[in-house]
Amino acid sequence: MRDMIVSELSQAMHELARGFAHFLPRLIVMLVLAFVGWVIAYVVKILLRSILRLIKFDRLSDNAGASQLLNKAALPSSTELLSRFVFWVAWLGFILLGVSVLGILGLQEQIARFFLFLPRLFVALFIMFFGLLAASFFSRAALLAAVNANVPSPRLLSISIRSVIIIFVLSVVFEELGLAEETMLVTFGIAFGATMLGLAIAFGLGGRDLARRFLETRFLQRKKEENEDELSPL
Amino acid sequence: MTQEVSVDERSVPLRTEKRLAEDSFLTDDFLRQLINVGEVDILVGLPTHNNAKTVGPIVQSIQAGILRDFPRERAAIINADGGSRDGTPELVTGISIDDVRPTANLYTLRTLHSISTQYASNPASGVALRTILSAAELLRAKACVLISPESTNIKPEWLSKLLRPIYNEGFDLVTPTYRRHRFEGLLITNLLYPMIRALYGTRIREPLAIEIGFSGRLGGQFLGQNNWDDGTGQTGLELRLTLAAITGGCRICQSFLGEKDHVERRAADLIPALRQTVGTLFSALEADFPVWSAVAGSQPVPSNGPESEVGLEPLRINRKRLREMFSTGVAELESVFQSILTPATLTELQRIAGLHEDDLRYPAELWVRTVYEFAVAYQKSVINRDHILQALAPLFRGRAYTFVVENRDTSANDVENNIESLCLEFERLKPYLLEMWNGRK
Repeated sequence: MRDMIVSELSQAMHELARGFAHFLPRLIVMLVLAFVGWVIAYVVKILLRSILRLIKFDRLSDNAGASQLLNKAALPSSTELLSRFVFWVAWLGFILLGVSVLGILGLQEQIARFFLFLPRLFVALFIMFFGLLAASFFSRAALLAAVNANVPSPRLLSISIRSVIIIFVLSVVFEELGLAEETMLVTFGIAFGATMLGLAIAFGLGGRDLARRFLETRFLQRKKEENEDELSPL
Repeated sequence: MTQEVSVDERSVPLRTEKRLAEDSFLTDDFLRQLINVGEVDILVGLPTHNNAKTVGPIVQSIQAGILRDFPRERAAIINADGGSRDGTPELVTGISIDDVRPTANLYTLRTLHSISTQYASNPASGVALRTILSAAELLRAKACVLISPESTNIKPEWLSKLLRPIYNEGFDLVTPTYRRHRFEGLLITNLLYPMIRALYGTRIREPLAIEIGFSGRLGGQFLGQNNWDDGTGQTGLELRLTLAAITGGCRICQSFLGEKDHVERRAADLIPALRQTVGTLFSALEADFPVWSAVAGSQPVPSNGPESEVGLEPLRINRKRLREMFSTGVAELESVFQSILTPATLTELQRIAGLHEDDLRYPAELWVRTVYEFAVAYQKSVINRDHILQALAPLFRGRAYTFVVENRDTSANDVENNIESLCLEFERLKPYLLEMWNGRK
């Protein structure tokens, strides 16, 4: 009986030791991959940060209005944020590669899905950034044009344009990420439709008099004023 | 479409023929006509586009001017037309010099050519000037003059005033001075003239005049150095030519032409005017930095006649609209100004924009600081450059309002003194611009 127990125990210990001996190289490979991955990710981060600073990415981000959003959220500058993001994505990629070497069943599929998701994530970020840039540019252009044309409520016009573009960009981004595609599509449709309907009602019914006054001011009185204003800048 | 009063057969020099072959920018027909002309002493450039209403008397004045003051010189009128559909080119070439002779009792001893070429189906001032400059170079013109097709009050003596200093006295550029109403050309008197004077050190009262005289040397130099194929090289060319003359160390003088009166007063076109003039100046500052950063003070340029004359006739001005657009602009464009102006300047602007109509004044010092900060923002492209220029419009209206209020009941001398003190303010604050430009502020 005693011998049997000792034999079973020694066999179990033997199995454990063999399993561990089998697992240890994989663990070492994983750790090596994680370490090498960290080094590579760090180098990529430093390089990317230098390139972004060289091309004045922060200024582009300022123009896009992204810097303001980051400041409000107490986040670092867009250059720093993007560099860190790339660092973590790269390092995480190497860690997951190491984990897949361990041969744990079930994890392999999840890791493969993560790598397939990465390009879509980058495309979504790209769309988001340039979408914000476009929203900022067009809203500012509308604001300046409205102010110089003496149109009433120029800021409202500018904010409306910005909002419509951002909603549109968000719907495209979510569609790209495959997240709540239908919800976002419906949200965009409702938001856009509501804006248009609101404007139609405002000008067509509720603000009929206001619209008339606005049009009169715009096309009749202004012409008269312009005739009075004989100032020539050149 | 060449109209020749007398035939003057001359062989074209070899160098010119070679250049003609190389210069594919001009049309074959236009080149052929230029070859027929040969060489000229005087060239009059007339860019047009649908100017049939005004161009006839202008061409007659030009011809009378040539007959009267340059009867011995070989002369040509080059009309660069931007696709007129009202028969402008035919009018230019169809006006006979015989119509001018009997009334003026004048005779020319040389050929007077009139050539018209259509450079495009749409008007483009850059292409028009390039055509005229190319023609001047090919014809080896000694002295050239540009005449606006809208200068309805042109006098024959204008030609002499713009050409004589170049032809006889060795000047390279003759800019005009006019008799203007005190509230006309406010962008020139409140920004362009003082800023160019302070930065480049040369006191040119009309730095972007359309009527301008220049030597063949300056024309050729400008033709070679301007970036014609780039979009930026196509606007504000009169100003570019003036700045090229200053930076190139050319001899410059001014000639008084009298009343300036164009067919249309484009009071509402402030934004295009800002793009053409202030945009051109701001972009030129980058390339010319080594020149203007080394200049201190300013020097007058020789003038034939008064440097300027101020008209004091009553003029209806909508001051309320100017003030409202200034105040609204400052309030609504706060987010844009935050990118362009320093906090101190913006705060001060917001303070004066909130003042009552009677107290609202945009002081010279604040205006100068504003303009300089805009120039630096433009150089650093803090936001889209066109947006920077558009953002200047409401502030200019505020300054225009102040200028109108301050000079409402003043004499011509006082108006001149006020412009002079603004110029001195621009000169005094030049170190401020340099500090900001170099990033020390």
